[in-house]
Amino acid sequence: MNAETPRSAALRNRDNVQVDRPEWAAADTPPHRRPLPLVTREAVARPQARATNDRLIDTNHRRNDDKWPPHMAALRERASVIRRETLRDLDGYLGQLTRSVEAAGGHVHRAATPEDARRVIGEVAAAHDVGLVVKSKSMVTEEIALTPYLEERGVEVVETDLGEYIVQLADERPGHIIGPAIHKSREDVHKMFNELAGEELPGRPEELTAFARGRLREDFHRADMGISGVNFACADTGTLTLVTNEGNGRMVTSQPRVHVAVMTVEKVVPRLADLGVLVPLLSHAATGQKVSGYQSMVTGPRRPGEPDGPDELHLVILDNGRTDIVGTRYEEALACIRCGACQIACPVFRTLGGGHGYDSVYGGPIGAVLTPLIGDRSEGADLPFLSSLCGACADVCPVQIPLPDMLVDLRADYEAGGGRAPRVAWSLWSRFWAWPAAYRISVRGARVAARVPGLVRALAGRSALGRGWARGRALPPLRRAGDARRWFARRSGDAGGRTEGGRGER
Amino acid sequence: MPDEQPARAPRNVAVFASCIADLAAPGPVRATVRVLEAMGLDVALPAGQTCCGQPALNSGFPGPARRLMRHWIEVFEPYDAVVSPSGSCTATVFHQYPRVLGGTWAARAREVAARTYELSQFVAAYGADLPMRLDATVTYHDSCHMLRSLGERSAPRTVLGRVDGLRLVEMAEHETCCGFGGTFAAKFPEVSVGLADQKIAAATDSGAGLLVSADPGCLTHLTARVVDTRGAVRTRHIAELIADAVEGAQE
Repeated sequence: MNAETPRSAALRNRDNVQVDRPEWAAADTPPHRRPLPLVTREAVARPQARATNDRLIDTNHRRNDDKWPPHMAALRERASVIRRETLRDLDGYLGQLTRSVEAAGGHVHRAATPEDARRVIGEVAAAHDVGLVVKSKSMVTEEIALTPYLEERGVEVVETDLGEYIVQLADERPGHIIGPAIHKSREDVHKMFNELAGEELPGRPEELTAFARGRLREDFHRADMGISGVNFACADTGTLTLVTNEGNGRMVTSQPRVHVAVMTVEKVVPRLADLGVLVPLLSHAATGQKVSGYQSMVTGPRRPGEPDGPDELHLVILDNGRTDIVGTRYEEALACIRCGACQIACPVFRTLGGGHGYDSVYGGPIGAVLTPLIGDRSEGADLPFLSSLCGACADVCPVQIPLPDMLVDLRADYEAGGGRAPRVAWSLWSRFWAWPAAYRISVRGARVAARVPGLVRALAGRSALGRGWARGRALPPLRRAGDARRWFARRSGDAGGRTEGGRGER
Repeated sequence: MPDEQPARAPRNVAVFASCIADLAAPGPVRATVRVLEAMGLDVALPAGQTCCGQPALNSGFPGPARRLMRHWIEVFEPYDAVVSPSGSCTATVFHQYPRVLGGTWAARAREVAARTYELSQFVAAYGADLPMRLDATVTYHDSCHMLRSLGERSAPRTVLGRVDGLRLVEMAEHETCCGFGGTFAAKFPEVSVGLADQKIAAATDSGAGLLVSADPGCLTHLTARVVDTRGAVRTRHIAELIADAVEGAQE
């Protein structure tokens, strides 16, 4: 591709940008290939992680300190109902959406798998002899790894969301659902843009944005095809709604001659009127705005007499295992409106320096829940363990998904499908500890072991959990294990008072 | 539950120690007993008690967890009230027991949970007359499960506010996780320790010499990190602080 002059103006000289990222953050590296504890260890150790953490803590305060003011709390309740109502008849609403989009002149493609979705989009591109694609931000296109697929077929793809453009130049995956470059500082971006421009650019944020805007604008006019995501697809009217703050979504959906919109099944909403609830709620949860800068509402391709809009509109609806979640205890995970608030609120996400540390397309709490549930359920199965279960995510979720409980339940699913040895060990442990005498023996054992120099350290070193604890922490003080019980029994004895055998003593 | 103004405290109160306190933090258990006795209550430390089951549940083993949950209910059901120095274990009883247990066990769990308190909740509700005095400047770490599963942010502050001579300074990020998270601490140690370091730095920056919390889990983890890094902040369980304050008022 680089041998010839690129068609894209925005990507000209992209090879001059120095790539500085670990392999597990790379755009074209399939996720879930390395042990998660190793990735997280490297992620925390990166100097950028600390800077990102500091910025995200500020962001979290700006977004979440006033929790849910009354008018937003009301929208939150209403939206929670709408989203669950949709899931109760997901197939019905998808059927209605399909009919509405087709009635408006669009084409609808249902894709069961990422392969299906890629193939359909590739065929549309080939049929229209597409050489250059402008793209607005879309997590589902990340999920199906669309860009590398199209590039292999000689199609250039330009990300037009500023954050997506930045991570594309950096050859990275998005670091956050709605803030793809959340892990980049202004200085990082300035340096990259200087390398791209081959000169020293003025470095204020609005000047950097103007530089990107200038480069991207040309591509909007040159592109043969626009690819967008969908925030909400209204079943009753077939209206595909995109929420952005840069206006790039409007350009992508209106300038090229072909528009391909890609959505996952749960993006359908019953009624156009539901946008009155969902768009302000999404804006509030995602960016703290009353309403986003732009809402692009696309109903069918350009009609006769209209000045702009594509000749053809294709809607690709991806399932990738989602309809299998409906009716299970994880169904509510599909209520997600992709605001990314749970990620900002998550101290683990922040400390990892963003989503790359999850080694997954979707990071943070919603990613740790969703990833093991989609596809063939083989990837990211251990992600639910990458949480301290602090619950901050549930507080900020605009549709009240019980993310911490789901993480707990997914851990159980993981272990139920895992090795026999841990199951046997935990079962024996619980039998032992449900027997008070045995419990007291183990407390006494800890006390005795702690009084033998080096013994606890040696024992800890023999178990993975013990070794993990010992990384950066002193061993817990076990020398006085059982002291409180001894003290209490002695006092009760002295006073001739009650001894507390009680129930449960066997 | 502590919001209502009950005329009289329950008489027959059981202390639920928690396994982590049995193993690594006996001081807070003793302090809990002493505070409840100072309130004039009939205090039991049921010998049959073991663990609430949280370690198994959060590690992905709900079956073994349920066994310990049922045992816990049997041990504590006979008492008028259950009081614990562990906010997290109290939250497990309150939130997870009804969710994870089925049928009649869930109903029994709800009944006991309704009269199960973390210590500062109990003192806030029933200890308004308890004299307390302690010269100290402390900062309080909201443990996650107590804060979010129990929904309790005011009780510890109410109680600390009643202590003559005590000054509470809020640290930055006092509602942010300390990084303990049970086996999470050992499975992802660098992330866990990274969170601990932020908490310890915030406590240090607050100017309070004493980091107080209502969770032996958080405190065991934070103290282990402070010891490993030879940090200057001291940690103290809120039960011990209250017990000291009760004693301070008697002098």
